[in-house]
Amino acid sequence: MDRQRALLIDITRCIGCGDCAEACKTANSLPPQVETQLSATAYTVVEQKGDYFIRKLCRHCQEPTCVSVCPVGAFVKTAEGPVIYEGEKCIGCRYCMTACPFAVPRYEWTKKAPLVRKCTMCHERVKAGKMTACAEACPEGATVFGYRDELLAEARRRISANPDGYFKHIYGESEVGGTNVLFLAPVQFADLGFRTDLGDIALPNLTWEALEKIPNFVVASGVILGGLWWLINRRATVDQLRHETGQKHPEHPHDNRKLRTPQAGGDRS
Amino acid sequence: MSKWREKLTFWRFMFVVIIVVGMVATVRRFALGLGATTGLSDQVPWGMWIGFDVMSGVALAAGGFTISALVYIFNLKKFHSVLRPAILTAFLGYILVAVGLLFDLGRPWFIWHPIIFRNPHSVMLEVAWCVMLYLTVLAFEFVPALFERLGWRRGMSVMKIVTPVLVILGVLLSSLHQSSLGSLFLIVPNKLHPLWYSSRLPYLFFVSAMAVGFAMVIVESYLSSRAFHKELERPVIIDLGRAMLVALVFLAVLRAQDLIGRGSVSYMFQPTTEAGLFWLEIGLGIILPVVLVAIPKVRMHPQGLYYAALSAVMGLILNRMNVAITGMAAKLGNYFPSWEEISVSVMLVSLGLAAFAWAVKNLPVFGASPWTGTVVVTPEVEPHEAAGPAGWRAAPQGVFGTRM
Repeated sequence: MDRQRALLIDITRCIGCGDCAEACKTANSLPPQVETQLSATAYTVVEQKGDYFIRKLCRHCQEPTCVSVCPVGAFVKTAEGPVIYEGEKCIGCRYCMTACPFAVPRYEWTKKAPLVRKCTMCHERVKAGKMTACAEACPEGATVFGYRDELLAEARRRISANPDGYFKHIYGESEVGGTNVLFLAPVQFADLGFRTDLGDIALPNLTWEALEKIPNFVVASGVILGGLWWLINRRATVDQLRHETGQKHPEHPHDNRKLRTPQAGGDRS
Repeated sequence: MSKWREKLTFWRFMFVVIIVVGMVATVRRFALGLGATTGLSDQVPWGMWIGFDVMSGVALAAGGFTISALVYIFNLKKFHSVLRPAILTAFLGYILVAVGLLFDLGRPWFIWHPIIFRNPHSVMLEVAWCVMLYLTVLAFEFVPALFERLGWRRGMSVMKIVTPVLVILGVLLSSLHQSSLGSLFLIVPNKLHPLWYSSRLPYLFFVSAMAVGFAMVIVESYLSSRAFHKELERPVIIDLGRAMLVALVFLAVLRAQDLIGRGSVSYMFQPTTEAGLFWLEIGLGIILPVVLVAIPKVRMHPQGLYYAALSAVMGLILNRMNVAITGMAAKLGNYFPSWEEISVSVMLVSLGLAAFAWAVKNLPVFGASPWTGTVVVTPEVEPHEAAGPAGWRAAPQGVFGTRM
């Protein structure tokens, strides 16, 4: 069974107090000033959209794009669910930032040895059996921490208990293959700035379709190119030597073409 | 002659200015970091150094593998005279790509990390390995020119044996690398505009690189012949024009088939920036060169071919920039390169041109090179004759650059 940890964020309950963002800053030893957008020093923020407040943070995808695109494997999908980043491997290509469907990873642009920064779902705390700092800090229970399967069941329960209060969709249940941050909303997600065009297929499949062809391509093309080289160049050499020596082929005496002699040089390797 | 000298002095002055400005930008880039010296942001993490220096640089180096395949695998000896310049362009191009990456990477001192930390699911790992391996292969492919200059016979004969292997490796690595730069963008189906996003991006990148590889050889042959007062081998250039035409028509068919297949044709006729850039790209990169080269009068004239090829090169650069930058601007945000990004790119291109000119003057790059006193090898020389021990000094036995 799916025992990964996850967060359920219920937009109908969020009052926009910002306690989650503040607790996040403390937990990650980040500069305490309040920020309005995700940055290298703000792993989560609360944005107002009309009457509602929407938390921005890493979605900790089930099949994370960042994990798949990173050439050096600096991103890791942990068994507990959080997607974490091991900065010491990072070369700074920023493919993760280009590729992330939720545009989450942030860069330390002002530093001379910059790293990528994003929410870690408090991986250290989670491993120690604690909940994330944001879930702990939320006074309204708008962000709750738990097992993903249980949170999905809870989300479904809330929707069926109050069908008029919720838009009938759990954002993150299936988007890009499913995420470990789940959202419930009172109105349709497109109105709240969520991307609804992402589809349910995990993006890493798209590049893997190209990458998995490489071994066959290399072997097949290598053989074809080598074969072409041998055929074309050997024919040219043989024709040349026949032309030169004027001898007939011993196995094909009626062949009017001429045969090479040994002193004309060996077959080209 | 005096006029030429004057012109040269002007360009030398320009070169010095470009290098000085570029060095200032370089110091600023590494002293102040990426944020202060580029137009990049969290919204637009890739800019000119990726879109122009890396993406376009690699594509423009494609002449190296296409010409070496024609000469060595398909035994089309006719193209031998443009082989070394094509290899040299590819070699310099790839060096500049690697240097460009050093500017763009956030932690360039860890550029070697992909050697030990390998994520096989990452297209970027494929890109990194292709750059490393193909750069090595290109160095080996160009080294005969150096051996020939030094008159090191032993090295030459060793190179002769390994050449077929090198050429096949080079073709394989190039095919993988050109296509992998397209594969990089398979992961952004929701960010890249439908005029460019396609599951066939790897194929499109490969075919367009092949076409522009021929175009680049035409451009550099034409410019070299002007700069060094060298006789242009017209039949070779004209055949390259034909090859470019075929590759461009093939590319046009692929592009059209792809756009129709994905139902993206309507985007071509919307009044958007993307549609404008698309038509500029197609116009410069495909329509104009195809029309020009299809006209026999233009095709038979080196200058006409040169302009057609130059147009194809411009179109390709625009294509790579559209895929890497402008095609994603609507979803990501706006970006304009800083003066540091522009001047570093201009400096790298200028250094490449200078290195090319230096190599042409000092190494036997163009098989027949009057300024080095090398004896001209006529195309009629047959392989075994040139390979004869007595003949090699009179007709320097290049693995690349002279006849096999």
